[in-house]
Amino acid sequence: MSRRITPFLFLIPTFLLVTIFVLFPVVNTIYISFLNQEGEFIGLDNYAEIFSRKDFWNPQALLEGKTHSYGALIHNGIWVLIHLPLSLFFGLLLAVLLREVKGGAIIKSIIFLGMVIPLIVGGILLRFIYDDRAGILNGFLRVIGLESLARTWTAFPHTILLALILGSVWIWVGFSMIVYSAGLEGIPVELFEAAKIDGASRWRTFWRITVPMLRPATIVIVTMTTLWELKIFDIVWVIQRGGPGSASNVMALDMYMDAFFNIPPNFGTAAAIATILTILTFGVASYMVYQMVKS
Amino acid sequence: MRKLNIVARLKRVKGFTILTHIIAWAVSLIWIIPFLGVVMASMRPYPEIVNGWWNFEVFNPTLDGFFRAWNFPNTPLSRAMLNSLIVTIPSTFIPILVAALGAYSFARFKFPTRDLLFLAIVLLQTIPQQMVIVPIYNMMARVGLWDNYIGLILVHSAFALPWQIFFLRNFFSTLPVEVEEAARIDGASHFKIFYKIVLPLTLPALASLTALQFVWVWNDFFFALVLIGSPEKKLAPQVIPMIRGRLFIDWQLVCAASVIVTIIPIAIYVVLQRYYVRGIVAGAVKG
Repeated sequence: MSRRITPFLFLIPTFLLVTIFVLFPVVNTIYISFLNQEGEFIGLDNYAEIFSRKDFWNPQALLEGKTHSYGALIHNGIWVLIHLPLSLFFGLLLAVLLREVKGGAIIKSIIFLGMVIPLIVGGILLRFIYDDRAGILNGFLRVIGLESLARTWTAFPHTILLALILGSVWIWVGFSMIVYSAGLEGIPVELFEAAKIDGASRWRTFWRITVPMLRPATIVIVTMTTLWELKIFDIVWVIQRGGPGSASNVMALDMYMDAFFNIPPNFGTAAAIATILTILTFGVASYMVYQMVKS
Repeated sequence: MRKLNIVARLKRVKGFTILTHIIAWAVSLIWIIPFLGVVMASMRPYPEIVNGWWNFEVFNPTLDGFFRAWNFPNTPLSRAMLNSLIVTIPSTFIPILVAALGAYSFARFKFPTRDLLFLAIVLLQTIPQQMVIVPIYNMMARVGLWDNYIGLILVHSAFALPWQIFFLRNFFSTLPVEVEEAARIDGASHFKIFYKIVLPLTLPALASLTALQFVWVWNDFFFALVLIGSPEKKLAPQVIPMIRGRLFIDWQLVCAASVIVTIIPIAIYVVLQRYYVRGIVAGAVKG
């Protein structure tokens, strides 16, 4: 008897905390997303409403090119499309280069600081880099004679999103770099030696041995990075709260504004946005679990 | 002929090494300079940095920005830092204890629904904070734990459990079971085996969890933003947007505040660097 319940005794505290503060709220959020302000069941109306809002979903703007606010959902999509490949590229580049460079370990520790500082501070750092007069980016532009371009890059609707995305590459690259570094350590040296004896060039060795052997690391980086991009909040909040207009609006921020900032609050649409966000993150997580089970 | 070949090759290799060094240092500088900029700006008066902190014609370093941030009106960092510690320390150790028990159960016992429960735990890791916050806010408001650190600590603890259990179960799986089996034959109870044998062997993993969880809770902005309201209860990262203001940015003040708030996570990172990095990599790669 006691033998059979022991495993569950160990799990009781976990079970209580996770049920009350994670599982129940998740189910409750889905439920709330089907209710109106008065608590009446309205089916998918909240979902219909958020997709009719220009600051959540505005694909026309992409085609017309008149405004620079495509809606939170599309902004998150753009974030993934730009941030993910750049994070993979720079992470791998730094991992490979710094392995062979003197002082590489110290440089790595400093680059990794992006993963240690609060994201709120990360946002402040980006705002400072992009500042019209005090920022180093504009200082650099002035030195190379592109003074006409100098501006506070986060203050304009047509530059803020790209500025934030590129800046967030700077913050996040420590992660992909460190995972790739660990992956590189795991590749048996014999493989490289064999390739060398066979006379393979560095380039060929890289593509035929290094990249395929790093596949597990790549899968992890792709998953974790995409999740991070979908959930992005702090940076956007501290720089412009989704502005100017809604040019840097993202899903997590849109959800917060609906529930806790706008007057009157609208929990129904906020819950609907959260549910959409979670469906997307679950898609990414399922991909990871599928890859795990496969290998 | 052969000799020439070797010389040519040597030259190429040397050229390649120099090239990698140049690229590596150039790329690394891009990553390092902004940190330097914030530290510089935090200790120089605004007029000195307004045309670039990299100009040193006039250079009068001062701690004035740090004092002003520390004593900022309404939300002084002196109090916010203390508040952050009060929340972060329990939010670090409660979930680790709970997760260690849970992970041990997953790693050492066979029971029905185990694999299903574990898969659920893995998937729960990816739940966004936004997905739980409305019901949690309602719940806290109803039981009087809104604007109360106990509520925030409970939420942080619960939210950390999935990844910590995942991490620790993987770690327990690598420990040899023979010692535990021998102890069981000698009549030791499961709980005794757990805290006398397993936990001491788990210290490196616990160091990783402590470092990561402490920094994550310290850095967290969203939960505190929703669950804490009074100015005197605000946590350190929450104070930064208030110090930033809406229009004019006093860079000396804002950068000094950023440095103060960041000192704690950086100190943890410096002291526990090996465990910190190992935690991130193990949580990632082994998964």
